[in-house]
Amino acid sequence: MTTALSITDLRKVYDNGFEALKGISFDVQEGDFFALLGPNGAGKSTTLGIVSSLVNKTSGQVRVFGHDLDKDASKAKCKLGVVPQEFNFNMFEKVADILITQAGYYGIPAGEAKQRCEFYLRKLGLWEKRNEPSRNLSGGMKRRLMIARALMHEPSLLILDEPTAGVDIELRRSMWEFLKEINAEGTTIILTTHYLEEAESLCRNIGIIDQGVIVKNTSMRNLLQQLNTESFIMDISPVQSLCPVIDDYQVTMEGDHTLLVEVEKSQSLNPVFAQLSEQGVEVTSMRNKSNRLEELFVSLVDKTLEESVEGGQSK
Amino acid sequence: MTNRQLFIAFWTILVKEIRRFTRIWAQTLLPPAITMTLYFIIFGNLIGSRIGQMGGFNYMEFIVPGLIMMSVITNSYGNVVSSFYSTKFQRHIEELLVSPTPNWIILAGYVIGGSVRGLLVGLMVTLLSMFFTELQIHNIWVIASIVFLTAILFSLGGFINAVYANSFDHISIIPTFVLTPLTYLGGVFYSISLLPEFWQNVSLINPILYMVNTFRYGILGVSDIDIGFAYGIIIGVIIILFSYSMHLLNTGKGIRS
Repeated sequence: MTTALSITDLRKVYDNGFEALKGISFDVQEGDFFALLGPNGAGKSTTLGIVSSLVNKTSGQVRVFGHDLDKDASKAKCKLGVVPQEFNFNMFEKVADILITQAGYYGIPAGEAKQRCEFYLRKLGLWEKRNEPSRNLSGGMKRRLMIARALMHEPSLLILDEPTAGVDIELRRSMWEFLKEINAEGTTIILTTHYLEEAESLCRNIGIIDQGVIVKNTSMRNLLQQLNTESFIMDISPVQSLCPVIDDYQVTMEGDHTLLVEVEKSQSLNPVFAQLSEQGVEVTSMRNKSNRLEELFVSLVDKTLEESVEGGQSK
Repeated sequence: MTNRQLFIAFWTILVKEIRRFTRIWAQTLLPPAITMTLYFIIFGNLIGSRIGQMGGFNYMEFIVPGLIMMSVITNSYGNVVSSFYSTKFQRHIEELLVSPTPNWIILAGYVIGGSVRGLLVGLMVTLLSMFFTELQIHNIWVIASIVFLTAILFSLGGFINAVYANSFDHISIIPTFVLTPLTYLGGVFYSISLLPEFWQNVSLINPILYMVNTFRYGILGVSDIDIGFAYGIIIGVIIILFSYSMHLLNTGKGIRS
């Protein structure tokens, strides 16, 4: 299988001395739907900025479908489409002109550019707005315009930096469907997002970056399998003044009628209900504490933070 | 990219630039036409008729070449500095940076775009001047070449200014405090032979003097300076500015973090 993106020992030190990337390396295979996650300031946007040629790297190597971004920039850039986090089109230009101009930067003749423009604007529900200045579009439409613009040269690798930030749920779901569709047609996609549910439902592989280092790079399935315990919140009746004791389970009171029960993978929930029932406690409702990926993400990032603090203290 | 693709990329930038300044024609094309008409009426007709001869020509004939060049200079510079700075400010420079368009094509697109505006305004002012005086042509090749080279030179200057600018104030500082004084002192309204010898020598370090005089030579056949030397100076400055602009683009100064 071809490697769509190969990043080797990438470092970035900004002019103010801040080391945003500390020599990260990872690969994304052709056809993949890859999530690059991390807290704010972790280095996600710097990484994608370097790949997109918007940020100068300090050292390291970036290859797009085997083309070195330093030595063979033209071929590498032709393979790459970028949807940035912030709106970066000319607010005074008409929607169609923005797409046709972008195609021109890739050397696509006007006739072909107009055909592609119509195709992508129709596909993303913007055809009726083609003659509107882009500043008149709603936030969701502007996001879709940026996706259409990135697709005009039909890239093999599409990078999306928080594409659904500030987008309502309905539109987010329709964008997910569209991204799944182009991924199924063969476009490799790299996504950063703060919505972990989005990464969990779309992406097959995942990289977690924190403080300029990759702390995890694995498949989504492997990552989720690492969760040994699951937390359940149980609403109980009647009101309890003391926390009920359930043998072999860790239980804490979250309020006078709410329990938090930690259940390991190997354990069943039946003993929990049985023991509570014996003590005259009725479970009126139950739910997961949080998104599974979110739990893992928080634990991984917290671990990096602790190591960093310990490392700092030992110096 | 193939040569055809390079040409399409260049043409795209050029068309975008022309579309920009024609869309806002009331800000870009109309003001120089009005300003220059006032110059012709006030300096040429009203005051000029009392001044008499300058360099062997009546005052209106003498100032017309300088005023045409002044329009070319300010509009070429102004177009690139405002357009490229806006591109940076609104961040749609990123559309170009992520694309395979090479830096020299980006520079060429903006510089020729600025030059087209400079030449268009120059042509408008030339046509307006014909209402006030009979335009002579001493050497059409000198006229065409010097006006084109001047437009290129000041478009490059505007580009460098835009790269360094961090606010809209920064794009007006150089035109106001450097370009305008140099233009006024560059022999637009007078022959430097009127100045004391010391100030004549000081004037010779002003590059605009060479452009205005060469253009005046193309129209009237008279000049305060050697034409061959003037071409050498102008081409030399263009090479320096082009090289520096490429250096700025290649290193990403002001456009990449």
